[in-house]
Amino acid sequence: MTWKLTRRTYVHGIGLMIMLALPVVANAVGEPFLTTIASRVLIYAIAAVSLDLILGFGAMVSFGHSAFFGIGAYAVGILTHHAFNSEVIAFLPGDWTGSTAAVIQWPLAILAAGFFALVIGALSLRTQGVYFIMITLAFAQMLYYLMISLPTYGGEDGLNLWERSNLPPFDLYDDQQFYYLTAALLLAFLALTRRIVGSRFGMVLKGCKQNEPRMKSLGFPTYRYKLTAFVIAGMGAGLAGALAANHTEFVGPGMMHWTRSGEIMVMVILGGMGTLIGPVLGAATLLLMEEVLSQFTEHWMVILGPFLVIVVLFARGGIYGWLVGQEQDDD
Amino acid sequence: MTLVLFLEQTLNGLQQGVMLFLMAAGLTLVFGIMHLINLAHGSLYMVGAYVTATVTLASGNFAVGVLAGMAAAGVAGMVVELLALRRLYTRDHLDQVLATFGVILTFNELTKIIWGPQALFLSTPAWLSGTVEIIPGAPYPAYRLFIIVVGLLVGAVLRHLIINTRLGMLIRAGATHREMVGAMGVNIDRLFTIVFGVGAMLAGLAGAISGPMLATEVGMGEKILILTFVVIIIGGIGSVRGALVGAILVGVVDTYGRAFLPTIMRSFFEPSVADSVGASMSSMTIYVLMAMVLIWRPRGLFQAYGGT
Repeated sequence: MTWKLTRRTYVHGIGLMIMLALPVVANAVGEPFLTTIASRVLIYAIAAVSLDLILGFGAMVSFGHSAFFGIGAYAVGILTHHAFNSEVIAFLPGDWTGSTAAVIQWPLAILAAGFFALVIGALSLRTQGVYFIMITLAFAQMLYYLMISLPTYGGEDGLNLWERSNLPPFDLYDDQQFYYLTAALLLAFLALTRRIVGSRFGMVLKGCKQNEPRMKSLGFPTYRYKLTAFVIAGMGAGLAGALAANHTEFVGPGMMHWTRSGEIMVMVILGGMGTLIGPVLGAATLLLMEEVLSQFTEHWMVILGPFLVIVVLFARGGIYGWLVGQEQDDD
Repeated sequence: MTLVLFLEQTLNGLQQGVMLFLMAAGLTLVFGIMHLINLAHGSLYMVGAYVTATVTLASGNFAVGVLAGMAAAGVAGMVVELLALRRLYTRDHLDQVLATFGVILTFNELTKIIWGPQALFLSTPAWLSGTVEIIPGAPYPAYRLFIIVVGLLVGAVLRHLIINTRLGMLIRAGATHREMVGAMGVNIDRLFTIVFGVGAMLAGLAGAISGPMLATEVGMGEKILILTFVVIIIGGIGSVRGALVGAILVGVVDTYGRAFLPTIMRSFFEPSVADSVGASMSSMTIYVLMAMVLIWRPRGLFQAYGGT
């Protein structure tokens, strides 16, 4: 295999360089808060890539992805809350009082999101098309209202995170370290997704996207394949949620609101559905647009709304498709 | 006493169900005929509510306000259809969801610009502010009865429209054989715009009559939109009959859940725990109902004419 310098290589290389150099440049020009904004972009990029796994490769239009994002965030929030107050966690067996260690919190956040994705997915995947869109949306709203009605965990006001996760030897309060850690996790998740998409499992998933009855008649238990992908995507969003809780030092029901699911979906489409780098570009574009527009007017949504409509109507293939041109394929 | 309470809650549930039906009927018609998922349906509800509140406060006449609200929602719906949504009929559901999501953001922000962030409150019109003793010993608010009557009336008119008129015939034909109807010389584009306008007016009506009961505020449309989705999933997407049954089922189950679950929980847990468990369970009842219906029938209770 020869190494060819294609447009895609340039796009990937330049993207990676920007990502790695950003905090250094931000400090050099004396705008260190840019690193914080960029961390937010990377966190949402993880969520968007995880959604793209089922949306772009499996054609499962899940409109409830923020539920898993929120569960990951709440897992961190609840464990920290209990550890801070030395309270026993009532809904778990035993008398564990939570923990602030990232090596405990983050895997638990991912597992909790995966568990909910398993239950919600198992029910939702019985349906197809519009029903699937609406039922995932409704389940996410159910969890949203559930968290609102739990006064123990802040109800509508949410929970303040008294302490960021402990991850020795790193200091998560240091913006640069937090940024590079998030970047490393994003790269790791991208590598994992790439492996998944390229594997036999990924082929089956893409086959379901093109023609599910045919996959079934070839003997593939498509329901199981799709459910597995749904759970993996949920776990990815759970990781993003755990990071977001640390980033804002706050968890609230707003993280699970359905408009959040819509935003994550917009990132995927804007960047380029069915590609791995697309959702990252989409997350960056949408969040930076928000950031820039809100400097000009508090009513920035009045610009963003019509922009979305126009993107959907006229721009197909997303930013990644536009950058890379015709040579793109599935990775 | 408990029987009276039970009857009263049943009426409350019916009233909530009827409101949901007004929303669900439009949404399900638009889906059944144009195959369009319209998330912006809740925004039309909001337009109806805001215009009604403003006109009622200015003119002092609730009936004028309701008519203005319906007209405004209908016009807003048709404008959005002409400008953007009609290009989406042939697209996949994902594009439709995203574009109408953009429309929601636009409507919400425009509403904030025009009316400001504060909620509007409307008092019940004088001729509806009394109570009626429909259940002996329990006076029932006349306004809630008014909503039930309006809703059932709209249901009857809609049934007549769909079964007995030429427009209804075209709607039914369009749901099953879109291209064929076009080939027979019917102006499909105009038919779609009219159906969209009718749906929008019904959403506007729901918003208009919600004014004296709920706060008119930005974001009100999304709250009811999600419930409406639950309704049409349960009823079967595209079926007006399913929308009616689903709406009343959801309205009644939700109201019972809120009214009785905390009390039932009190017999199992201590009061403080019971209230919190009851509250969270009652906000989840309709979603549990939806999950159960879908396990039993993945395409809802009633099959639409054309199917999905």
